[in-house]
Amino acid sequence: MLVVSTGAVGAAGALAAVSTLFVSMAPSERAKAAGAPVEVDLAKLEPGMLITEEWRGKPVWILHRTDEMLRKLDETADLVSDPDSKLPMQPKYATNLERSIKPEYLVLVGICTHLGCSPTQKLEAGEASGLGADWVGGFFCPCHGSKFDLAGRVYKGVPAPANLEVPPHQFLSDSRLLIGEDAARS
Amino acid sequence: MLRPVMTWIDERFPMSKMVREHLTEYYAPKNFNFWYFFGGLAIVVLAIQILSGIFLTMHYKPDADKAFASVEYIMRDVPLGWLIRYVHSTGASMFFVVIYLHMFRALLYGSYRKPRELLWIFGMVIYLCLMAEAFFGYLLPWGQMSYWGAQVIVNLFGAVPFIGPDLAVWIRGDYVVSDATLNRFFALHVIAVPIALLGLVVAHILSLHEVGSNNPDGIDIKKNKDAVTGKPLDGIPFHPYYTVKDIFGLVIFMIIFASIVFFAPEMGGYFLEHNNFIPADPLKTPAHIAPVWYFTPFYSILRAVPPMFGSQFPGVLAMGGAVVILFLLPWLDRSPVRSIRYKGPLSKISLTVFVVSFLLLGYLGLKPTNIWGQIGGADVATVVAQLCTILYFLFFISLPIVSKLDRTKVEPDRVTP
Amino acid sequence: MKVIIVIIYSFLSFSGLAVAAGGYSLNKANIDATDAESLQRGAKIFADRCLSCHAATFMRYNRLADIGLSQGQIKQYFIADNSVKVGDTMKSAIDASTAKQMFGVIPPDLSVVSRSRGADWLYTYFISFYKDDATATGWNNSIFPNVAMPNVFPQEQGVLRAVYASEDKTSFNLEVETPGTLSPREFDDSMLDLTNFLVFMGEPAAEKRKQIGSLVIIFLIIFAFMAWAVKREFWKDVH
Repeated sequence: MLVVSTGAVGAAGALAAVSTLFVSMAPSERAKAAGAPVEVDLAKLEPGMLITEEWRGKPVWILHRTDEMLRKLDETADLVSDPDSKLPMQPKYATNLERSIKPEYLVLVGICTHLGCSPTQKLEAGEASGLGADWVGGFFCPCHGSKFDLAGRVYKGVPAPANLEVPPHQFLSDSRLLIGEDAARS
Repeated sequence: MLRPVMTWIDERFPMSKMVREHLTEYYAPKNFNFWYFFGGLAIVVLAIQILSGIFLTMHYKPDADKAFASVEYIMRDVPLGWLIRYVHSTGASMFFVVIYLHMFRALLYGSYRKPRELLWIFGMVIYLCLMAEAFFGYLLPWGQMSYWGAQVIVNLFGAVPFIGPDLAVWIRGDYVVSDATLNRFFALHVIAVPIALLGLVVAHILSLHEVGSNNPDGIDIKKNKDAVTGKPLDGIPFHPYYTVKDIFGLVIFMIIFASIVFFAPEMGGYFLEHNNFIPADPLKTPAHIAPVWYFTPFYSILRAVPPMFGSQFPGVLAMGGAVVILFLLPWLDRSPVRSIRYKGPLSKISLTVFVVSFLLLGYLGLKPTNIWGQIGGADVATVVAQLCTILYFLFFISLPIVSKLDRTKVEPDRVTP
Repeated sequence: MKVIIVIIYSFLSFSGLAVAAGGYSLNKANIDATDAESLQRGAKIFADRCLSCHAATFMRYNRLADIGLSQGQIKQYFIADNSVKVGDTMKSAIDASTAKQMFGVIPPDLSVVSRSRGADWLYTYFISFYKDDATATGWNNSIFPNVAMPNVFPQEQGVLRAVYASEDKTSFNLEVETPGTLSPREFDDSMLDLTNFLVFMGEPAAEKRKQIGSLVIIFLIIFAFMAWAVKREFWKDVH
């Protein structure tokens, strides 16, 4: 009994000591500071334009969609594999059709859900995109040919398994976007 | 359930055999005292240093422009990084505390005597590796003391006749201690020396278990064996007796260790020196530089020997000799008994004088030579250090005669409690 | 020449007399690392005054949370530049080359200055600036002769001057020439706050270290008793 309890106490102590070592492998304050939420000014982002911001070392796209672009989301609904954003690739507030808080502003992590390449922007519809006449605009991953629509939803029959990820974000004001933090958490 | 697994392993690897030979059927003398804790503690400290070192390596950058900052990064930005760093820095000093006590134990009880000469030599090589390990590691924080300490020590090699200057440049890989030096010291500190240390520790333990442990009485417990079982009458299995005893000793040691780590990690500037919080500056030497405390006895010897024929080399030789002469101990001691318990007054006085001069040398090595003022134009501290240096060497030189002449007592047949 | 410097803060009965031979002696900095208000005041002085020329490149603004400041307060009171985030480290307001031109040296980084200098030195240094027309800045410091740094607090402290006690100028006292906006006691307290903060900044984890340490030691002491009992149990039949 004594031996067992002493052994248990000793093991607990050793475990605590060793866990110290593993705790040290978590992101440091420097990594956290570098991965801190990013504030973006949207005032100069014209409709139809896309800007890329860096958050946690990843490209984040902010696309100011035109009304026409938004109308196309209905067209692509049948072509994409997860039209209703059932897979957990976005915060709750982005499970709507537009996958965004404000319909016009799409915020996406620009990393293909297949193997981590960054898709190219093919916002133009039609032949000019190089993806055929019936292309309505979206994103195309050059690595393995995955296609995404203007809400980042993945087309059927391509290698990528899920929609592009929507990062946590919130609007600080009408034209100030904060990427990396939900409104609920702050 | 365990038995089939053990059988399976034993048919392929001598697992049970090793456990028997080194733990459950390794018979250690039952009269181990306080001084016998330190071998086991040294292994624990080695494990602590390796583990904490691995995790420090994940964050440290061996680059002259980034090293100092990366240490502060560990101290501030890495979760619990400060704890790992303090454990490592405290562990370095505690390693030497434990090793010096362990070596003193060997001196007390004649543990280096036949048939343990090779065991002693393995131990001495471990000690040399440890000094190299500490020296290389000390450069890594890239503070002022790191930098100038390395500068001074490397320049000692420059005092070697003929090849010295080229040798020093080769060691540094540059004309001064620089990024190249830091990079190679890092490699030696984290890979080369630790591998050598681990191998040597295994050799040290294997050779100990081959010849059996000495004990405070210095007598051979294998001479009195049980007629039936063949086990030494004064021996007890290492496990469980000494495992439980050593665990208790370890916990007491950890209390001391943790007190330093959590409440006095700088240890008044002796474990972490104040000037080492200033980034290395190749253009400015700190006013007073002294090595870390565990090197100071030898540093004192170096300082005590005056330059001869316009060369520092005699001092360097004396310093090296002070370490090397320890290797010869098994052959210098000619006493018919091993343990100090049965040696005569001459040996006791001789050992006491040796220990006192070693400690005094260590103390003086920490201080500037002018601390005790002057006598007849010479620093008192230097004169004392010179005297202690002579006494240090005299211990070894006189040992064959002292140990032979000394009136020894009769060793008992069986160990005493 | 051995300069014996005597700092007599004659109007400061509480700070006592600092006398030393062959150098200087330091005034004891009575600071309390657990006094959050003192640390916050010190942090404010540091951010407003020291950071204009010095940097603290290992210290992140958000570490000020450890002395009881919220993210909002840090942003509001400590960060003037909007592009600086709370997770950033403390940069100097002027760049290194400008500073080098102004002072002849790059002002040292202050992140760990308390660990190399010690609290007493810093505190004594802050209160020991005096007017000296012989230097480039017009200021000198009795424990750091010919320091390149000018006095930052002449308004608050007032102006001190050196009064030589003997003909050979081997020792001198500091006396007030013009009083400052703060009383000597208030100024002293503010410098203690600043020192307190610098000590905190030298090792922000220090308080946490002691807290964890107490728990570890208590655990080990309990475990030591248990280990002792086990040892006794096993050894009772060894004679």
